[in-house]
Amino acid sequence: MMERVLDSIKGKAEQAEIFEVSTQIAPVYFEANRLKQIQSKESTSVALRIFKDSKVGFAFGSGVDDVETLIAMAVETAPFGPSANFEFPSSSDYPDVAVFDSEIPVITMEQMVELGSQLIARVTEHTPELLCDVEVIKGVSSVHLVNSQGGEARWDRSLFSINLEGVLTRGTDMLFVGDSDSSCRFFTDIDILASRIITQLELAKSKAAISTKQLPIIFTPRGVAGVLLAPLMLAFSGKAVLEGTSWLKDKLGERVFDSKLTIWDDATLPYRPGSCPCDGEGTPSQRIPLVAKGEVANFLYDLQTAALAGKKSTGSGRRSGGRPPAPNLSTVVIEEGKDRFEAMVKDMKEGLIVEQLMGAEQGNLLNGDFSGNVLLGYEVTNGSIVGRVKDTMVSGNVYQVLKEIIGVGNKARWVDGIFLVPHLYCPLLSVVTRT
Amino acid sequence: MREQFTDILSKCSADYVEIRFEQNQTTQINYRGGKLEEVGRAYSSGGNIRALVKGGWGFVCFNSVDKLDDYVELAVKQAKLACGEGFTLTSKEPVVDIVEVPVKDNAADTPLVKKKQLFDEYNDIMLTSPQIQDSRIGYRDVNRKVIFANSEGSYIEQDKPDLTLRVTAIARGNGEIQQAGLSLGSVGDFSVIENLHDEVKEVARRAAALLHAPQVKGGEYTVILDPILAGVFAHEAFGHLSEADFVYQNEPLRQVMVLGKRFGGKHLNIVDDATIPGLRGSYRYDDEGMPATKTYLIHEGILVGRLHSRETAARMGEKPTGNARAINYLFPPIVRMTNTFIESGSTSFEEMLGEIKDGVYVRDWYGGTTSLEMFTFSAGEAYMIRNGKLAELLRPVVLTGNVFVTLSNIDAIGNDLGMNQGGGCGKGGQSPLPVSNGSPHIRIHHCVIGGR
Repeated sequence: MMERVLDSIKGKAEQAEIFEVSTQIAPVYFEANRLKQIQSKESTSVALRIFKDSKVGFAFGSGVDDVETLIAMAVETAPFGPSANFEFPSSSDYPDVAVFDSEIPVITMEQMVELGSQLIARVTEHTPELLCDVEVIKGVSSVHLVNSQGGEARWDRSLFSINLEGVLTRGTDMLFVGDSDSSCRFFTDIDILASRIITQLELAKSKAAISTKQLPIIFTPRGVAGVLLAPLMLAFSGKAVLEGTSWLKDKLGERVFDSKLTIWDDATLPYRPGSCPCDGEGTPSQRIPLVAKGEVANFLYDLQTAALAGKKSTGSGRRSGGRPPAPNLSTVVIEEGKDRFEAMVKDMKEGLIVEQLMGAEQGNLLNGDFSGNVLLGYEVTNGSIVGRVKDTMVSGNVYQVLKEIIGVGNKARWVDGIFLVPHLYCPLLSVVTRT
Repeated sequence: MREQFTDILSKCSADYVEIRFEQNQTTQINYRGGKLEEVGRAYSSGGNIRALVKGGWGFVCFNSVDKLDDYVELAVKQAKLACGEGFTLTSKEPVVDIVEVPVKDNAADTPLVKKKQLFDEYNDIMLTSPQIQDSRIGYRDVNRKVIFANSEGSYIEQDKPDLTLRVTAIARGNGEIQQAGLSLGSVGDFSVIENLHDEVKEVARRAAALLHAPQVKGGEYTVILDPILAGVFAHEAFGHLSEADFVYQNEPLRQVMVLGKRFGGKHLNIVDDATIPGLRGSYRYDDEGMPATKTYLIHEGILVGRLHSRETAARMGEKPTGNARAINYLFPPIVRMTNTFIESGSTSFEEMLGEIKDGVYVRDWYGGTTSLEMFTFSAGEAYMIRNGKLAELLRPVVLTGNVFVTLSNIDAIGNDLGMNQGGGCGKGGQSPLPVSNGSPHIRIHHCVIGGR
């Protein structure tokens, strides 16, 4: 199809780029501890970007083979599009980034059902009343990028993931636990996943009462990913910096964060779901330091934003939802520190451990503000975890919270397959509870 | 296509099979960084087959109908592997219907040049306002045509046009960034988003004003919610809990959600109604081919109903309500809301306000979510209330509560019902689904607000 599009567009546009993906996904779903549904999804999509009269036109087609309509749509949008201020890259030489496991296409439905059943059995052995929704997913996709400047990239990727969400209901009291693992490689070891969930159930067994005040907080790796990274990562988009809507816009090279904090974006890590040899417009993947010992080190750029900002693309042009590429993350890594989680807890006289904060992403993220209800969190008194906290709201600002942190955990773990983060022990945040 | 579908469905070896096939055309326009950043057109076509065997479902989706026989075979095989404890779908007369939705000023037929001109005007208004650093406009219209056929003999074609607009002004000053926004939507009618110049100007003014607004002190407050935010509250705090798929297999929750139980005062009525013409959550048939209904969830403070798919209705022994919806062919239908609202009461806004010594007035939505028991939702705009009068503007706030407590803490319901058509709902990875929410002003006691 790609050759046909490139041929047909000759004479209608100055430059053209085609990005084609075909995907096969097979999820297996368990609902309330029972196998419920098995799915198989095939889809193909093609995105066409053209330069016509020095303007960018864009069209996206899914499940259709009609080249003429696709071209006509791109041509129709071009007069209204942004200026074509860059060139499509002519390279075809990319780093070798392993993102395909040939075992994944041959995994059977029965194997996936078996893994899901085992996980549920392990967790419900600990808490029989727990109702688990589990999804086991395997997926394979082929990506092919070609442009009129001679650039070409092609790669296959695979994905395997297991996700468990459990609810324990007693009267009107509901406890939500859960975790997930994902990788480009097939895995059958569910012990770590099961033990994480069992730990959550153990810690939440008794209820603790907390009062409204300023308290120190340990964010678990899931807490860090869910609460702190969303506002923080928005600010590293070169686009937000260019527009002036990034809180970090004038702060390149400045020490904005605690010097214990080092963060990078890395699309070259083998077998991570966020990795790839090049981004969605053919710029090679690389490891990009974002925060180096507390200093703002880099922002993320795609081709168009880089051209406007007088920078080079960092290979961060990501595509999603049938839209043109925009600067975005691949895999975020926060460097491990020196502090053991147990030592952090021991250090706390009174405080909270936050695993999940519901609604945290609904605040004014551009300003770094977050505020959410503790969906899963525990109270610490005199160095010991005493139980689960409920009906409690935690609020803060990510730039204030990370300016001076007390400790960085010495064990980072993968969250949602794309964040490798340790525990972060943060000073006083506002905690409000129902009286 | 009808013959091909009917032919395949007639020879399936499963308890139930359905085919959904759709064609979508989308136009997307985005402004960022002071200018039009992206115009895109998209089209897609594809479908799926869902098969049921003894309570287990198989689901296969595809782009081309060439190998339909193979897909059906795979879906039935999957369903057989997933089968277990069965249930019997309530028998249903087959429906054959073709539904066209008349649109007054169809966005799909509106030329790009006209759309761009309107958004250029809105964008200029924001960018020329004091202290505005950036503006964002996100516009999307979709023309969706869905064909549905099932093994019971139903065959339905439906148009599902939809349109959304989100306008955001971003102000910057004193090392702070603040934003204010406006969300609108319609059933594909472009005229709904025209002539909003005054509203857009107000959005920019509000974003700048927030730079100087204080942050509320966190704590428990008596709050008044405007119709937009109260609609989000109805959706998040109670609507999701009324979705039977959250309840039907959770025995303790079933005990809590027993029909006939009191949840609020006599003045409280909450409804989900897919039959109101012209609202984004409305339709004639859901994605299982069931006719749309109006369902009272709470009537005079008492739980009287919930939202069902055919499966949850069968498993709970209740009447189907036609609430199974899917955002597109890549997903199976699941239990969803449509147009959810609190019915009007009799208190005026001034009366509500007059009785509050120290409280917060919250307006407009920013987001909302629920864990069923707990909900949070964030207001785009907030003011202190002191001695019965609106006082200073506050930074946007996030409110939270426990649904089982909060509904009975509603002590006043206004007489000014308004429906909001902006936004969409997310559940089970399916987002955004067109819905609308509404309410009159409501007053709630002991609402927790996060803050400094």
